[in-house]
Amino acid sequence: METLPGVALPAPARPRAGVARVVANVLYRRSTLYLLLLLTPPLLWFGGVYLGSLLSLLVQSFYTFDDFTMGVTPELTWANYKALLDAANHDIILRTLSMAGTVTVASAVLGFPVAYYMARYATGWRKGFFYIAVMLPMWASYIVKAYSWTVILSKGGIIYWLVERLYLLPALEWALTLPGVGGSSLSTSNLGRFLVFTYIWLPYMILPIQAAIERVPGNLMQAAADLGARPTQSFRTVLLPLAFPGVVAGSIFTFSLTLGDYIIPQLVGPSGLFIGNMVYTMQGSIGNIPMAASFTVVPIVIIGIYLTVARKLGAFDAL
Amino acid sequence: MSSIAVELKTVSRHYGAVKAVDGVSLSIQDGEFFSMLGPSGSGKTTCLRLIAGFEQPTSGSLLLHGQEAAGLPPYERDVNTVFQDYALFPHMSVLDNVAYGLMVKGVAKATRHKEAETALELVALGGFGSRRPSQLSGGQRQRVALARALINKPRVLLLDEPLGALDLKLREQMQAELKSLQRRLGITFVYVTHDQGEALSMSDRVAVFSQGRIEQVDTPRNLYTRPKTVFVAGFVGTANVVSGELARRLTGSERPFSVRPEHMRFAMSAEGNRVSVEGRLVEVQYHGASSRYEVRVEGNQVLTLSMLNGEADEASLPRRGDTVRVAWAPEAMVQLESGG
Repeated sequence: METLPGVALPAPARPRAGVARVVANVLYRRSTLYLLLLLTPPLLWFGGVYLGSLLSLLVQSFYTFDDFTMGVTPELTWANYKALLDAANHDIILRTLSMAGTVTVASAVLGFPVAYYMARYATGWRKGFFYIAVMLPMWASYIVKAYSWTVILSKGGIIYWLVERLYLLPALEWALTLPGVGGSSLSTSNLGRFLVFTYIWLPYMILPIQAAIERVPGNLMQAAADLGARPTQSFRTVLLPLAFPGVVAGSIFTFSLTLGDYIIPQLVGPSGLFIGNMVYTMQGSIGNIPMAASFTVVPIVIIGIYLTVARKLGAFDAL
Repeated sequence: MSSIAVELKTVSRHYGAVKAVDGVSLSIQDGEFFSMLGPSGSGKTTCLRLIAGFEQPTSGSLLLHGQEAAGLPPYERDVNTVFQDYALFPHMSVLDNVAYGLMVKGVAKATRHKEAETALELVALGGFGSRRPSQLSGGQRQRVALARALINKPRVLLLDEPLGALDLKLREQMQAELKSLQRRLGITFVYVTHDQGEALSMSDRVAVFSQGRIEQVDTPRNLYTRPKTVFVAGFVGTANVVSGELARRLTGSERPFSVRPEHMRFAMSAEGNRVSVEGRLVEVQYHGASSRYEVRVEGNQVLTLSMLNGEADEASLPRRGDTVRVAWAPEAMVQLESGG
């Protein structure tokens, strides 16, 4: 190295020794220890608190409940699961399941175009507006929203007012006479309950689909068009398969949230319990924890089956 | 007799105030290997996207085999594109990727798979059909993209920097393969690149783009030996562009001219029929087969000489810091338009 006359180069700075540095160096050399330190708290949380309580739920669903003493004994039995097949319980499960399925399909159908617009077309302030518009309802209290819907849907409420102004009241009244849909008014009908569920869970469908569409590179659609695919074809063969994991993710939210809900069925719609109401009644009022636990296992099993089928259908191939 | 495959007549594409393509006119012959060369942002890719139909011209007329194509969507055009990052469908097998163009036309599965297999063999990927694009290397993906674009038997193939993501060795190999493929198929290739070496070695003709306009359209040889503008001289190969006061003293005109480094020599003294100028040797770079010498002459202008090593006796060559005289033959000077 050439040295310039009259210029003394400063000595290279030596790292100062300190506790933090020593610890950092030890962790750098022993990466397993480092990993262990990082992972222990979350593993304790998930393993102990989360999975542990699920496991204890599963075990308790096999415990015996004595109708006479109203006490629970840790004797394992299939009785609770057999009771799920009783006509009354069976009805509750079917009622909840069909509502969850309908709400999910409706959310996907309504949510996809919104998500598509957000991901593909909206830019700048429009994108921001849509994000806020989709998320804002999630910031408001769930109870408040559910109660306001009872007012919106009631006779003399804004929907009846609007339908009347549009001279569509006979059509609405006819719809309310349909079996499975109707009721004496919107707020006591399955239709009303469906509207409220769809309103409440729609954002949970839009956001995952939007994220999935956003991840699909734009030039794939161009490549499809370039190869001769008309817009409907490129949508069906490229965008939809690639966005489908997002639809599945969203449907897990809407499906399981509806399966587990017990507030909306109380406030809106006809009489008749949902799984959530049954769990609430069983463990809250009656104290039949084993029966409540076995009811809780039902949605878990259903979601498990649902995911397995989705996987078999190739919903996650594009992940 | 050749017909015109692609013709652009004063085509512009503006994004607000930005003129991505600004009044470009060119015509590409049927069966030609035509390159569009330029730095990034010069409008060459936008031009390609206009031909593909991903963009529509703001003004002007675009003809594909004599038919007006402005306003037509990509799926109505008899051209196919090889994308820069390949744009393979990740959820489909390689075979389904290649067969896609036939699938959307409604060709039966057995037939389209057979044709796709043939197309894969054409790009030396026979037997790879059942894999996913993610299981292939960059070079293999490149070939799949090529096979997919060729399955519809387009009359014009558009290639958007197709070799940009490959390493040097693979790139050179693919250049040769692309060229031979184009010769065998006899279809028009429109090739976008920022690599002048690639454009020169593969093309029948090259259009040099700068700031949304075409500077020159010519054969590779003419582009190198007869550049028309300062920009082309500097972008295609290395050039010594001399302008201003020095140009006036040497040629009697301030109009800029260019001399290629390999046409310059060191001279002992001013010789009668050669143009020469004195300067100081400021840099010597060894490049293996040749060496490069940078000489600072009057007006702070730096001239670059390139000489084959072994061409001259090493001991006689000047060293860094020496005062030298650089000379060249008058016919090595190419007059340039100052614009660009």
